[in-house]
Amino acid sequence: MGRFALQRVLQGLVVIVGVTIVVFVVTRLIGDPVALMLPLEATAEERAAFAGALGLDEPIIVQFFEFVRGAVRLDFGESLWQGRPAFEIILEVLPRTVMLVLAGLGLAFVLAVPVGIFAARRPGSWVDRSLVGGSLLGLSVPQFWLGLMLILLFGVTLKWLPTSGSGTFLHLVLPALTLALPAFGRLTMMVRSSMIDELHAAYIETARAKGMPEWRTVFVHAFRNASNPVATLTGWELIRAIAGYSVVVETVFAWPGIGFMAIQAIQQQDLILLQAIVFVVAVIVVIVNLALDFVYKLIDPRIQFV
Amino acid sequence: MTATTPDALEGLEPAAAPAGRIRAFLTDLWSDKAGFFGMLFLTILLLLAVFAPLIVPYDPGAQSLTDRLQPPAWTAEGTSAHILGTDNLGRDVLSRLIMGARISMLVGFAVVAIAGSVGVVAGLIAGYRGGKIDAVIMRIVDTQVAFPGLLLALIILTVIGPSATTVIIVLSINGWMVYARVTRGAVLSVKERGYVEAAELVGAKSRRVIFRHILPGLTAPLLTLVILEFARIILAEAALSFLGLGIQPPQTSWGLDVAIGRDYIFNSWWLVTFPGIAIALTVLSANMVASWLRIRTNPLARAKRFAETSIQEGDL
Repeated sequence: MGRFALQRVLQGLVVIVGVTIVVFVVTRLIGDPVALMLPLEATAEERAAFAGALGLDEPIIVQFFEFVRGAVRLDFGESLWQGRPAFEIILEVLPRTVMLVLAGLGLAFVLAVPVGIFAARRPGSWVDRSLVGGSLLGLSVPQFWLGLMLILLFGVTLKWLPTSGSGTFLHLVLPALTLALPAFGRLTMMVRSSMIDELHAAYIETARAKGMPEWRTVFVHAFRNASNPVATLTGWELIRAIAGYSVVVETVFAWPGIGFMAIQAIQQQDLILLQAIVFVVAVIVVIVNLALDFVYKLIDPRIQFV
Repeated sequence: MTATTPDALEGLEPAAAPAGRIRAFLTDLWSDKAGFFGMLFLTILLLLAVFAPLIVPYDPGAQSLTDRLQPPAWTAEGTSAHILGTDNLGRDVLSRLIMGARISMLVGFAVVAIAGSVGVVAGLIAGYRGGKIDAVIMRIVDTQVAFPGLLLALIILTVIGPSATTVIIVLSINGWMVYARVTRGAVLSVKERGYVEAAELVGAKSRRVIFRHILPGLTAPLLTLVILEFARIILAEAALSFLGLGIQPPQTSWGLDVAIGRDYIFNSWWLVTFPGIAIALTVLSANMVASWLRIRTNPLARAKRFAETSIQEGDL
């Protein structure tokens, strides 16, 4: 148990260091950070002064350790665009992303479990077939386009919901729905397929034969055993939402979270802010991954730590 | 084992001749309507993409300010000159869709080819050799899978500058791991089979064993994976182009056209709608073909999809 935890933490550290190295190689070796951040008409003196002020004239190894030294103290330097510490900006926008991801995935999960179980009880029925078809369609629609279609329907045509920004609960509805729908499709399919497996297992026959109420057989016995792959997929969705889907969804709805901030940092050529965001997201992904390992163990005691 | 209808059985009989094989393949495909229409759509799309410059009714880049923002032909204000309407610069939407198919197909095929070959070779080596080299390759795979791939892609695209080439490179870097995992798993299950051991016993070199004896056995799972990845890559390219970090004007791409249409969403619904439908239909078709292929090559999956009465057989 202790050894397993240590091994996983080390693995996580490797990921974080790996991400940092990639960011450094890409920005410092392949690209020229000074040229990227300064306007084209900047003079040679301006460039030199800028590089000196940010330590960009040091050897890359020195820069790397300077970054790591700052990062462990949560000091990523000042955002060029906003003129304040990058970490302060991240702290400001991160809760909104967390809220969006929890709302979207929470919705997807709460709907997917009963719907998937329902479909698994009658495989091949028209309900099941239309659910399978609907999920396949849901997986094929680009997420940014789904968001725009929701804007077109609820914002432009029906005028029920605000289409961008944040602030009220109503602002959360469309982005959360956009995040939820594809995840709902994938989760429903996973619940369905693992429930079909379990419902045909011998222990379910036994439970039915001895007269156990059907709801208990399905929801307690079968679902408990089917929940392992479902939990794994939910964890995968969580990580994907934080480190990927949120960028697209937040940009569509101008939801001021960390994904939209990353896109704005790119538009503003603010490399300091961008590398801080990538680092922080990598750390979050590693922490969530670690937490999930222990959640899986709680759900399914058959998993052995080795 | 999917040939259950009399038609399909007839088609399977002359399997030796190439023509018969193709007929058997088509009959089998026809028995899965979703897979058939998926394949049909992808074939038409591929032809459109290849012959796009000959087919397009207008030059997709030709601007005409007097014709800007015309709605589709079937609406009240639409004209038959532009079936799907025109965009903010008076460019023909249909022509841009057909040209956009080119980029999507190009990026899709290129990334699948690059990431697929790297991943398959890595997976073959890891699975066949085992030991230390296996541990190293799979550790790299595990580490990279845990990376926030999209954010790293955004950084790379920002630094190098977005273009079709950089999109292909970035998506290939992000996409090889899944092939390595699947290939390695399949190699491990095939390795102990009699024919592989026999090839080793008669003294075949390991390269020959890998490419002549192991790889052909992996065709079915890899082909399904390739089609699924193709669908995923099309979505990824569209998303990157939508974010402004993919294909750049004057080139056209479906994702880029959605981004343009986004600014006119309040008055001109057709600009965001049609390119998105094109993406969705392409990805849906690929998914349906992959689903058919999986069922065709793995009868157990069939029971799960159209489980009616047969499920117990597969399960017990």
